[in-house]
Amino acid sequence: MSTEILKKTPLNEVHRNSGGKMVDFGGWDMPVQYEAGVIAEHLATREKAGLFDVSHMGEIWVDGPDAVAFVNHLTTNDVSKLVDGQAHYSALTNESGGVVDDLLVYRFSDDKLFLVVNAATQDKDWAWISSKVGNYDIKLRHASADFCQIAIQGPKALGILQKLTETDLDAIKYYHFTTGKVDGVEAIISRTGYTGEDGFEVYADPSKAVQLWKRMMDAGAGEGILPCGLAARNTLRLESAMSLYGHELGDTISPLEANLGWICKLNKGDFIGREPMLTLKEDGLTRKLAGFEMTDRGIARDGFDVYVGDERVGAVTSASPAPFLKKNIGLAFLPVQFAKTGQEITIDVRGKKLAAVVVPTPFYKREQ
Amino acid sequence: MSNIPENLRYSKDHEWVSVDGAVATIGITDYAQHSLGDVVYVDLPRAGDAFATHEAFGSVESVKAVSEIFTPVAGEVTEVNDGLNDTPEAVNNDPYGAGWMLKVTMTNPNEADGMMSAVEYEEYLSANA
Repeated sequence: MSTEILKKTPLNEVHRNSGGKMVDFGGWDMPVQYEAGVIAEHLATREKAGLFDVSHMGEIWVDGPDAVAFVNHLTTNDVSKLVDGQAHYSALTNESGGVVDDLLVYRFSDDKLFLVVNAATQDKDWAWISSKVGNYDIKLRHASADFCQIAIQGPKALGILQKLTETDLDAIKYYHFTTGKVDGVEAIISRTGYTGEDGFEVYADPSKAVQLWKRMMDAGAGEGILPCGLAARNTLRLESAMSLYGHELGDTISPLEANLGWICKLNKGDFIGREPMLTLKEDGLTRKLAGFEMTDRGIARDGFDVYVGDERVGAVTSASPAPFLKKNIGLAFLPVQFAKTGQEITIDVRGKKLAAVVVPTPFYKREQ
Repeated sequence: MSNIPENLRYSKDHEWVSVDGAVATIGITDYAQHSLGDVVYVDLPRAGDAFATHEAFGSVESVKAVSEIFTPVAGEVTEVNDGLNDTPEAVNNDPYGAGWMLKVTMTNPNEADGMMSAVEYEEYLSANA
């Protein structure tokens, strides 16, 4: 057991009182699941609604006339294409074109951007971003302590949240946001998420977290809402083949290898990591992230070795039973020649080589 | 609190044994299934396989974790619960009934006498869990 004191979100007490099974997640004391269990939580989010405490995520304000230019210099996506009230998914890259972190970039105005980064990496991200300010006319503020973040996800999320706000939620397009009041509390209401479902992420003052959580649970009680822990968050994002930093993304992995070419705007002008990405693109990828599903009975797990015939060709980055698809799925970096739909591979499951096949990703896509 | 039936014997690895003559029926306890979470796969040996005491005979996997399971008594497997292939959740819902895993003909029919009683297992849980 770790002796370090774990960080707590403002909802820690609520989790404990509602049967949350608490674990150390990157230094945070977080619920891995509640009484209903990961399968029920996962299915509630796919079919009804799930509520997630993601207050551990990191927030950074970038203010000033050079805000857009600065963040464009640090990230792969094209910040100049964002309009006020729009957000996009992006990556902070290092000089070798590897990933420092993945993040959301929100544009409030041309001189006010809001970055949302991963919990465990936020101090590293803050140090990295701070070190790059140079002559840019901007001011940075590490604002994680100013926000709680609650994600309400699933087909019924909109209807449930709408009961608590006068903001017309359906008018917020996917990957857009607005400021408004939720149950009378000032909030940023963002139509984003990490589950593959429609839904919202609500940022507000941490002192209002318990009120917002309880009101959302009450508003969703008749609709089958369940509180969801980190285990369901992981299986939901995996079914949707969304990357997790430290697994599919890392300092030595190019976003191009992780199927994130769509957020790498190499023609937007210079940015940190662009040169090696151009080279990689010109030379061609040698490895690529691929999805697989087990064809033998058995479950692949993170880190297991992947074989084609007798040759070890890669390792699993994330794998799990998929509660909605009812299959055992995973992601692995494979040499490009093997990262093709239909490729037969085997996974070393504790000494037994079990058969799997490369399949298209995402494994799950919601009906529009 | 965990459900700990009085008529069973228990191991420190959280297996239970029900003895009928020389035949031991083996499964995992309510405490074990609760710690694991939703069970999605149970990997069991075949009838005819023989195991020593405390040998790993298979594994139970939940969405999140995999856990080895050990034979609390030595013997030869005479029957496995194939029903768990289709309904592994029986391990969660009915760990002492439909969630049973193996029947073993014990090499020493008295071996289970050395295992913990329900009272002892409950004390063990409160001291260690």
